[in-house]
Amino acid sequence: MYKLTEVKKDYYKGNRVIAALRGVDLDIADGEWLAIQGPTGHGKSTLLQMLGGLDRPTSGSIEFGDRAGANLARLRESQVTKVRAESIGFIFQTFNLVPTLTAQENVETALVPLRIPALARQERATNALAAVGLANRARHLPSELSGGQQQRVAIARALVKEPKVLLADEPTGNLDEDTRDDIIGLLERLWREQELTLVLVTHDSSIARRAQRLGVMQNGRLSIKLDTRTRETRAEPIANG
Amino acid sequence: MFLTYLRRELRRRARQASIIALGLALGIGLVITVTALSSGVKNAQGEVLHSLYGQDTDITVTKAPTAGSFGPGSFGFGGAFGTSKRPAAGTKINVDTLRGGGLGTMTNANLATVAKLKNVAAAAGGLTLTDTKITGTIPAINFGNGTSGPGGGGSGNGGSFRGSLSPTPFSVDGVDLASSASGLGPLSLGKLTAGRTLTASDNAANVALVDSNYAKSGKIAVGDAITVAKTSFKVVGIVTVPASASSYNVYIPLTRAQTLSGLKNEVNTIYVAADSASNITTVSKSISTAVPHVTVQNSANLASQLTGSVASASSLANNLGKWLAIAVLAAAFLLASLLTMSAVSRRVREFGTLKALGWNSRRVVGQVVGEAIAIGVVGGVIGVGLGFLGSALVGHFTPPLSASLGSATGSATPGGARFFGGGGGLPGGGGPGGGAAPNRFSALSQAADHTTLVHLSAPVTASAIVAAVVLAIAGGLIAGGFGGWRAARLRPAAALARVE
Repeated sequence: MYKLTEVKKDYYKGNRVIAALRGVDLDIADGEWLAIQGPTGHGKSTLLQMLGGLDRPTSGSIEFGDRAGANLARLRESQVTKVRAESIGFIFQTFNLVPTLTAQENVETALVPLRIPALARQERATNALAAVGLANRARHLPSELSGGQQQRVAIARALVKEPKVLLADEPTGNLDEDTRDDIIGLLERLWREQELTLVLVTHDSSIARRAQRLGVMQNGRLSIKLDTRTRETRAEPIANG
Repeated sequence: MFLTYLRRELRRRARQASIIALGLALGIGLVITVTALSSGVKNAQGEVLHSLYGQDTDITVTKAPTAGSFGPGSFGFGGAFGTSKRPAAGTKINVDTLRGGGLGTMTNANLATVAKLKNVAAAAGGLTLTDTKITGTIPAINFGNGTSGPGGGGSGNGGSFRGSLSPTPFSVDGVDLASSASGLGPLSLGKLTAGRTLTASDNAANVALVDSNYAKSGKIAVGDAITVAKTSFKVVGIVTVPASASSYNVYIPLTRAQTLSGLKNEVNTIYVAADSASNITTVSKSISTAVPHVTVQNSANLASQLTGSVASASSLANNLGKWLAIAVLAAAFLLASLLTMSAVSRRVREFGTLKALGWNSRRVVGQVVGEAIAIGVVGGVIGVGLGFLGSALVGHFTPPLSASLGSATGSATPGGARFFGGGGGLPGGGGPGGGAAPNRFSALSQAADHTTLVHLSAPVTASAIVAAVVLAIAGGLIAGGFGGWRAARLRPAAALARVE
């Protein structure tokens, strides 16, 4: 799904250059679950943004999908936007739901760029909410939902367009332990059912160990610490509600 | 989704949206009110013109007198005695002359030229004259401390002269009786109070209409005879002309006035009706081109010569009102832009998320601009309401306005300087000078100083409403443009990284 070669990312703060990524090489296979751990400020989220086409590397290439020449580092902005709209789902730590839209409408926002007719859009959003167990909360505003419910809405929004890749940045960082297990269990089930490629950034080792592969970001460099690659060797799925 | 999102977002920041909308509404309401006021003032100016020169008169054409055509010498005694020297003391004089006032003359051909111009509905000629009778005996004159000199400068101390000679001037209007001239000229405003009016068949007859005030003071009735330039005219009617209009003491057929004043085939005023109000300026220009060296007056350029509260209202609308409206509108646009940008700043994470979901910049900008335009439209609707209210208040609370077009203007316009130098220009000696005009000239002075009362209405026109809608959308576009520009510049990663 991904092939990253010598990906570097520098940020400039006045005259200072901050190297967030110092040459990352990484292959991510289709349907793989990769967890990335590491201390704060060592480049985890930056790497995730590069994978999601939210930012461009200073140098290096990010080949995406099976399309030849689909280098996210070189594509025009409109093409990267199209890739995001069609193929990549995001989940954020702070949920990032639009506060004025209901759960159903928030899920629909992911389908807007795909120009799907309103009725079909509503039907798909309803199904996505049902898949995360929130069919009865469709008309609620985010402020009327718990943290776990909001993250479920965010997961439904990420998956409603049936993306190839799901990128999750600390998806349980704002949740209590029970809800964390609940959300991770849900993600794991959806990953398996939908054969997604899942890249999950987390501080939580118990979550990270559930992935097929575990990478650690340290000073802008990635090293793979664990590689199981077979679903049989992984821990039993956490039951989810 | 676009409308749902827009509606919810506006509801969320209802207070801010209300402030923006009300600011725009205030600006737009002021623009509409000021536009309506300007329109009302323009109508009032047109009303002044009509009340002075006839209900259908849109344009008047006059000509400045040529040098030496009018002045002390023109009256003189030469006509009566065959000499320009002062007659000997004791000589009895009986002078009755009919002369043009302070206006130059144009020919009937000029009148025909104007009548044939494009967009001219009708044109009529007029000859405004002064009949001056002087009877008495030339006294032995001791100038004493009176200051001699031609016209104007006299100190008015020529008491013995004045006592012996009795100038009795009255104003005469030669009226165009052609059927096409109906509705044009001051007489068209007159109301017949006795007898009959002048008709086309009176063209060559010695018949006259007399102004009711003049008739009253001179005890003149229908059927009486009056003398104009030593010619007897039968009074066929008494007419009352509104105080505001250019009124004359006596109205006689134009051709008779031309003959008696020695101005055959000449007129000194042409009254013109344009075929539509929108063509008045075009017709005015055409007249200036077709008949050179004339003064063309219409409601627009009349405005610059008006004094009184209409002029004040015009000044208020054009200066204070216009700039106030522009200032408030600019402030409203600025406020809307700043608040919209501020709203975008608070939503960077939201827009960043939408971009991460695949919304392109155009869609995000469209959402921001759409919200701003929606606020602008609401502001526009309220603004139109405020505009109607403001216009109604202007119409309701503004007292009748006065408009004066007096001799103070000093221009060669009808009702303006038509009589300029009238006081000083009569007896050429050191007699009744301009600085001490005796009461007997008051009739002339009065005629030269017209004051019209008009009711000011402030009509809201369709174009003002269209302008309001355009302004509302412009306000929304400006505010949304700034906000959208800020939103478009957001990179999704940076937007998501922003901690709120």
